[in-house]
Amino acid sequence: MKLTLLLPLLAFVALGVLLKSGIGKDPTLVPSPLIAKPAPAFDLPLLADQEQRLTRDDLLGTRYLLNVWGSWCPACQVEHPYITELAEGGELPVYGLNWKDEAGEAKRWLDYFGNPYRANLYDPSGRTGIDFGVYGAPETFLIDADGTVLAKHVGPLDAQIFAETFAPLLTAEPES
Amino acid sequence: MIPELGQFALILALAMAVIQGTLPIFGAQMGKTTWMNVARPAAFGQATFVTIALAVLTYAFVTQDFSVVYVAQNSNLLLPIPYRVSAVWGAHEGSLLLWVWILAVWTVAVALFSRSQPDGFIARVIGVMGWISVGFLLFTLLTSNPFLRHVPALPDGNDLNPLLQDPGLIIHPPMLYTGYVGFSVAFAFAIAALLEGRVDSRWVRWSRPWTNVAWAFLTIGIALGSWWAYYELGWGGWWFWDPVENASFMPWLAGTALIHSQAVTDKRGAFKSWTILLAISAFSLSLLGTFLVRSGVLTSVHAFASDPERGMFILGFLFVLCGGALLLYAIRAPGIATGGQFSTVSRETALLTNNLFMAGSAAMVLVGTLYPLIAEAAGWGKISVGPPYFGLMFFILMAPIILLMPYGPFTRWRSDNAGRLVRDSLPLLAVSVVAGVAPWIVWQDLSIRGVLGLAGGIWVMAMTIKYLLHVNRSAKSRWLGMPRLSRAALGMLLAHLGVGVFLIGVTMVETRGIEKDVAMKPGESFEANGYDFQFLGVNRVDGPNYQADQGVFSVSRGGDVIAELRPEKRGYSRGGQIMTEAAIDPGLTRDLYVSLGEPLDETGSWAVRVYFKPFIRWIWLGALMMMAGGMLAASDQRYFREAAAARKARAAAQGDGEPAAQGDEAPAAA
Amino acid sequence: MPESRLSTPLRAVLLAAGLLLSSQVLAIDPQDFESPAQEARYWALIEELRCLVCQNQNLADSDATLAKDLRDQVLEMMVAGQSNEQIKSFLADRYGDFVLYRPPVKPATWGLWFGPLVLVLIGGIALTFNLRRRRALPAQVLADPDQEELDRELAQLEAEREGKEQ
Repeated sequence: MKLTLLLPLLAFVALGVLLKSGIGKDPTLVPSPLIAKPAPAFDLPLLADQEQRLTRDDLLGTRYLLNVWGSWCPACQVEHPYITELAEGGELPVYGLNWKDEAGEAKRWLDYFGNPYRANLYDPSGRTGIDFGVYGAPETFLIDADGTVLAKHVGPLDAQIFAETFAPLLTAEPES
Repeated sequence: MIPELGQFALILALAMAVIQGTLPIFGAQMGKTTWMNVARPAAFGQATFVTIALAVLTYAFVTQDFSVVYVAQNSNLLLPIPYRVSAVWGAHEGSLLLWVWILAVWTVAVALFSRSQPDGFIARVIGVMGWISVGFLLFTLLTSNPFLRHVPALPDGNDLNPLLQDPGLIIHPPMLYTGYVGFSVAFAFAIAALLEGRVDSRWVRWSRPWTNVAWAFLTIGIALGSWWAYYELGWGGWWFWDPVENASFMPWLAGTALIHSQAVTDKRGAFKSWTILLAISAFSLSLLGTFLVRSGVLTSVHAFASDPERGMFILGFLFVLCGGALLLYAIRAPGIATGGQFSTVSRETALLTNNLFMAGSAAMVLVGTLYPLIAEAAGWGKISVGPPYFGLMFFILMAPIILLMPYGPFTRWRSDNAGRLVRDSLPLLAVSVVAGVAPWIVWQDLSIRGVLGLAGGIWVMAMTIKYLLHVNRSAKSRWLGMPRLSRAALGMLLAHLGVGVFLIGVTMVETRGIEKDVAMKPGESFEANGYDFQFLGVNRVDGPNYQADQGVFSVSRGGDVIAELRPEKRGYSRGGQIMTEAAIDPGLTRDLYVSLGEPLDETGSWAVRVYFKPFIRWIWLGALMMMAGGMLAASDQRYFREAAAARKARAAAQGDGEPAAQGDEAPAAA
Repeated sequence: MPESRLSTPLRAVLLAAGLLLSSQVLAIDPQDFESPAQEARYWALIEELRCLVCQNQNLADSDATLAKDLRDQVLEMMVAGQSNEQIKSFLADRYGDFVLYRPPVKPATWGLWFGPLVLVLIGGIALTFNLRRRRALPAQVLADPDQEELDRELAQLEAEREGKEQ
C-alpha cells in the first residue's frame, strides 16, 4: 500500500479529532484578552451618590469581584441571590458596575432585590464597559490587589462556576 | 394514534434499510443472484415507509396536532396552510426526515434507471446507499424523533420562526438537500467500484448524469438561499461566508471539480483514482456540512439547535462511512490503471487544472471555516474568519480558473498547441481588457478587483460565444440554424456562460452598489444614482399573524414615478419577534431596495436604509444558467443510447428467446 | 434595552424550540459624516468588525445596543484622527481578535493565510510530475473521442431521417 494513498484517510482522522474537540463547547463564549493584564483604568461616579467618584487606583490593595449588571437584565436577577451570598460571606468584596442603566431604575432594582455591593460604579454610557470588554451582562471579573485581572466569567454566576473559575485563583496569597 | 404510525413506519424503514445495506452487498461479493435481487425491492420498501412517515408528519402539521412536540414548537393556530407544510422542515427533526426521504427517492431513482447495468454492480450501489439510510434513520429515531408526544396536547403552538415564513424558504431546503444527497449516488458508485475491485472508467460514465443532476440541484439550492437572505434579512447582502453557507459551498466546489474530473476519466480513462477520491470527498463534505450545522461547534446565523449528543452521532457516522470509504480507497487504489497518454497542453490538462483550483478552493473554505476551532484547540485564543478572508482567498484561487476556463472547450483532447490557442484568443483577450479598463477610466474609482472582475466576466462570456460560433462554422449538421451540438456540450457552454454572467453581477454589486443609512421625515427625498426615493410616511398594517409599520416610498427617475416601495417592520403576535421586511423593485440592471428602521425622534423622522444594487439579479441568473446547464448535460442522449445498448446486450446475453429488453423505449439506432 | 445573556433555563427552552436564530433585526443607524470619504472608510471598517452580541453579524448590520455603542466609538476615534489600525487594535485589546473578521497575519494564523496556497502549490507540483510521466507513456492508437462521437451522432441522424422518409 502506498503511503500517499493513506494521506486522505489521515487528514480525515485529524479532522475528526478536531471536530470532536469542538463538541459540547459553547462557541459563543469569547475569552477576555484582559486576563493577567492590568484592569483598565476607570473613574466613575457612584450609583448611590453621583457626586462621589471611584477610580481603579482607589481599589488597589484589595482583591475584589467586579460584577457587571443592569436592571434591564433578566439573567442578573438569576444570579443575584448568589452574588448576595458571596458578598455576605465577606471573604471577597463585591463591587458592582451598573452598566448602561438609568440611575432611578437601578436604585429601585437594588431596593427591591437587595443591595449586596460594597459600592456601585455608574456607567450609563457603557464606555467603561467597553474598556472592560463587556459584551453582555451579567459578567464578573476577579481583580487582584495589584489591579491585575485574574479571571472573567460571562453569564450568571453560581457556586459551581465560582468554584471552577475563581476559587482556584484565590488560594494564592494576594500581593500587596 | 396517527403520529405513532409515523414512528412505526420509520422503524420499518430502518429494518428495510438494514436489509438493503447488507444482503445485496454480501450477495454481490459471493455471487448469489437471489440476494442481489433483494436490492430493488428493499429500496422500494424503505422509500415507501419513509414516505408514510413524512406524510404523517405533514398531516400532523396541517391538522394542527399540538400533541406532537415538534408541531407545537414550530407551528401555531394562526399559521397559514402553506407555511404549515413548509414548517415540516422548519427545524432540526423534520428537516432530517426530509433528508432521509430525499435519499430514499434518489435510491429509488437509481434502482429504476439502472436496468442496463450489471446486477452485481448495482446491488452494491444500492447497498451502499442503504448504509447511508441506516445511519440517518438511526440518527432520526435515536436523537431526533419528530413524532415525540406532549401529553396533554398543548392548546396552541409556539410559532414557526418568522424568518422561515417565506415562499423562498418553502423550496430552498428541499432543493439544497436534493443536491447534498444526490452526491451520495456518485459516492455509492465509487464505493461499489472499489468493492468490486474493478475500477474502470465505465462506472464514471454511469455516474456522470447523476452527478450533474445533484450538482444542478445544489447550485439552485444555494442560489435560492442566497436570494432569500438578500430579500428577507433586509441587509442587502447575498453571501456572508457564514459557516452554514460554507457548509453548502464546500460540496459544491468539490462537486464542480468532480464533474470536470469525471469528464477526463470518462473520455480518456485517466485519473480514475483521483475521480474516486473526489466522489468520496463531495459527499463527505455534504455530511460534514450536516455535522457543522447540527452539532453546534460553530456559531452561525441559522445553525440548528446545538446538541452535543447529535453532534457525536453524526461525527461517529461520518467516521464510519467516510473513514471506511477512505480506507477502502487506500487499499484498492493501487490496483487502478493509470489510463491514457496525453501531452501537457491538452483538454485533459485544462480540466485537471480546473480541479487543482476547485479542490484548492474547497480546502480553503474548509480551513477558513474550521480555523477558529483549530485556534481554540491549539490554545491560540478565539479568532474570527470572515468575509475579508474568504473574499480575498477565493479571488486569488478563482482568478486562474477564470483566465483558463474559456480555453477548455477550444483545447483538443490528448495534445494541442499552446501557441495556437493563445494566438486565436488574442483579439478577445484585448476586448476583455478594454471592457475592464474602460469603466475604470469612466467611473474613476473602480477598484482593481472591479477591473479584473468585469474583464473576467466579459472574457468568459465572449470566448464561450465565440466557441459556439466557431462550432457553428465547422459543424456539418444544423438545427434551427444552430450547430447540432450534443446536449452535454451545450450544457457545458450554458454553465460556463452562467459563470460569466455571475461574475459580472458580483463585480457590479460589490464595486458599484450604494448603501446608505438616512434619517428621513415624511415628504423628504434621498437620491441614489439618479433615483429619487421620496418618503411619504408610515402606515399601520395587520397581517394574518403579525402587525407591522409599513413605510411608503415613491421612487422616481427624471420626474417619472417608477416604483412604490413598502418596506415593513413586523412584530409577530405569538413569539414577539421583530422582523425587517425589505421592499425591492427588481430589475435586470439594478434593484432598488429599501429597509425601514425605527422612528428616530418626536419630529417624525425615521431611520431608513436605501440600497442601489446594480446587476444583482445577474448573480442568480448566472446560477440559474449553471443549473440549467447541469440538467441539460445530464439529459445528453449519449447516456440513454448507451444504456439502451447495454440493456440490449444484456438481454441478448441472457435471453434464450426472451424478447429483446422489454420496455426499451430509448431512441435506439435502428 | 441592552441585551443580556439569556439565563440558562430560558436558553434551554429556546434551544429545545429548534432553530435558534439570533435576532435578525437590521440596524439602521444614520450618522453625520464630514465627507463621503469618511463615510466610505467608516462603512468599510464596521463591515470588517464582528458584533459580539449577534455573533454572525458585523457591526454595520447588528441591531444590538453594544454594536451601536461600538459604531459610535469607531466614528469618534476616526474623527479624532486615529488610523484604522489603531481603531482595530483598540477593539482587539478589549474584546480579543474575535472582533476582527480579517484575522491578523501572525504565526498562529499562518496556517490559515498560507495553508491553502501551499496546498495548491503542492497539488500543482504533483500534477506537473504526473503530466510529465504521462507525456512519456506510449501513445495509444485511439481515434479522437470527440470525432468518434460526432461521427456516431451524424450516422444516427442520417438513420433517423431515412426512417422518417420511408
